[in-house]
Amino acid sequence: MITLLGIVTLAGAIAAMALRNLVHCALALVVAFGGLAALYLQLGAQFVGFAQALVYIGAVAILIVFAILLTRGSEGPQRRVFSASWAVGAGVALAVFGVLWGILLSSRALPAGMPPEPVATARGIGDQLMTKYILPLEVLGLLLTAALIGAVIIAIKDEG
Amino acid sequence: MDQVFVAFKQWLVQLAPAPWQPVLSGLISVAAIIGTFASLFAITTLLERKGLARMQNRYGPNRVGPFGLLQPLADGVKALTKEDLVPRGADRVVHFLAPLVLVVPVFLALAVVPVGRNMTAVDLDAGVLFFFAVGAATELSVFMAGWSSRNKYSLLGAMRAIGQMISYEVPLILSAVTVIMATGSLSTVTIVAAQAGYSGGWPHWFVLTPWGLAGFVLFLIAATAESNRSPFDLPEGESEIIAGYYIEYSGFKFALFFLGEYIGMFAVSGLAITLFLGGWHAPFSFLTWVPSYAWFFAKLLALIGLFIWVRGTLPRLRMDQLMNFAWKFMLPMALVNILAAGLWRFVPPGPVRWVVCSLLVAGAYVGLGRVLFERQQFAKRTYRYG
Amino acid sequence: MTPLHSYLLVSALLFAIGLGGALTRRNAIIVLIGIELMLNAANLNFIAFWRFGPHPEALTGILFVLFSIGVAAAEAAVGLALIIAAYRRCKTAEVDEIDSMKG
Repeated sequence: MITLLGIVTLAGAIAAMALRNLVHCALALVVAFGGLAALYLQLGAQFVGFAQALVYIGAVAILIVFAILLTRGSEGPQRRVFSASWAVGAGVALAVFGVLWGILLSSRALPAGMPPEPVATARGIGDQLMTKYILPLEVLGLLLTAALIGAVIIAIKDEG
Repeated sequence: MDQVFVAFKQWLVQLAPAPWQPVLSGLISVAAIIGTFASLFAITTLLERKGLARMQNRYGPNRVGPFGLLQPLADGVKALTKEDLVPRGADRVVHFLAPLVLVVPVFLALAVVPVGRNMTAVDLDAGVLFFFAVGAATELSVFMAGWSSRNKYSLLGAMRAIGQMISYEVPLILSAVTVIMATGSLSTVTIVAAQAGYSGGWPHWFVLTPWGLAGFVLFLIAATAESNRSPFDLPEGESEIIAGYYIEYSGFKFALFFLGEYIGMFAVSGLAITLFLGGWHAPFSFLTWVPSYAWFFAKLLALIGLFIWVRGTLPRLRMDQLMNFAWKFMLPMALVNILAAGLWRFVPPGPVRWVVCSLLVAGAYVGLGRVLFERQQFAKRTYRYG
Repeated sequence: MTPLHSYLLVSALLFAIGLGGALTRRNAIIVLIGIELMLNAANLNFIAFWRFGPHPEALTGILFVLFSIGVAAAEAAVGLALIIAAYRRCKTAEVDEIDSMKG
């Protein structure tokens, strides 16, 4: 199950980075987000899985699609899709993956074995949010308000 | 009588060997949901056409079968046998997938709606959040349909529809938050169980509290907008841009879009019944002998009748009127409603809390109406050409 | 290879793919998509360690990911608004054509 979901997510991510047509990239990104939501459900984090579907698929993907349409991206790229120095970028990405994978394989600090399934109820998350994490919650509210107002101000069309 | 379907399903599941039982149980639930709601869809198309017709002082379909009762069959045959045209410049893969991306999430959303006692397909701990997450995925199908047809009108309709759906999602979720606050749980089964019991003959439904009534009305208005139904059907207005983002679809794919829209209406009505109208509970204590699923479907049919009635009565809203209504009226009203629901919980029971909460909700309604009405400027209309 | 290793492998691959795309593509929106993929890879990492690590009842991993999703949504909104504003000014959304301050 993990392998299937992982393959779907990674295929969506590769398609999102490699396709020529921008709207196809955005739709492949939605597939990747869906695969990730399913992976969160597989890990037993139901609330996070549904929140991922609601926020990323329901809002961020639609934002990206609107931005593609507002910047005339749907007419196709005029020239190259990848930049001139694409080899350097790909090399850096490969190097990063190599380092991460090397660390994973050789690490002795990773917990081994299958601990029992933890219980993460919505009530528990709510309790933690209102007691231990109340300050980050309020700051996040402030951040989202500022981002909302800022995005509208930046993107608004000046009349005349 | 009440548990006849549950007992039947358990008997069927026991016939299978042990390792296959969970799979068979899930399959039976899925088949039951799809079968019931698809037949309800067929009945609703007929009800809508006849109901609208009677409101417009004409008969509806009355040629196919007695009183037009076999009309859905004729519609089904037409949809299946019509030629499936795909425009030459259209994006074939996305064009094909768009109806699927609409129909699958709306059927998924029906999985958390409790249809009767012990008759929820999946009892999730965060059931209401699942419903809204799945509902957000339907907006993507609207964009896919509009963009893949390579038609300017279709894309315009899709953009309008997505703007409308996103704007009305906020009051929808906020009016559901009041119920979640009052119950303390996101699970639909728990929310229905919290509305059990009768005091003085009246049920404990949330719609019978001031904040519940305001929340119910807000939820229904937002649900009408989410399902793109009149008076919010500018994206698919028949006289406006000729079916909007569905323009280039014909035959079976159009029927799938139609199905998806109606099942979306049923799903959100089902959630309204669960959150506000007490789910499958009977309205009065002397009526509890009627099976629970009968009450659920009676309430569902009442809400569908309400949707059809509103469609036949109110004129269509313009895009800017629609957006103003969502952001300037419904959102502040929903926030005041949350405040009222919080006050309801902390003020001790008695006439005091009724008066306080009703005044708060009514005051916000009147105040917002006044402020927004006076801000409108009626200027002399100037014409650019001629 | 334990289940934790497989989740961490998916997360590392997702991060590398996001990074590669963000570094090589020319369109600014695809660069932003790459950044979102990197954020998602980190979130997957958090949830995997929450599940398989000590003290899952403290719900730390889940709460961190919830805040991360919120912040990522805010950042995507502002980033896309910036791209739209830059498109209006420079008539292009390709990152290597906005070079009037170069040199």
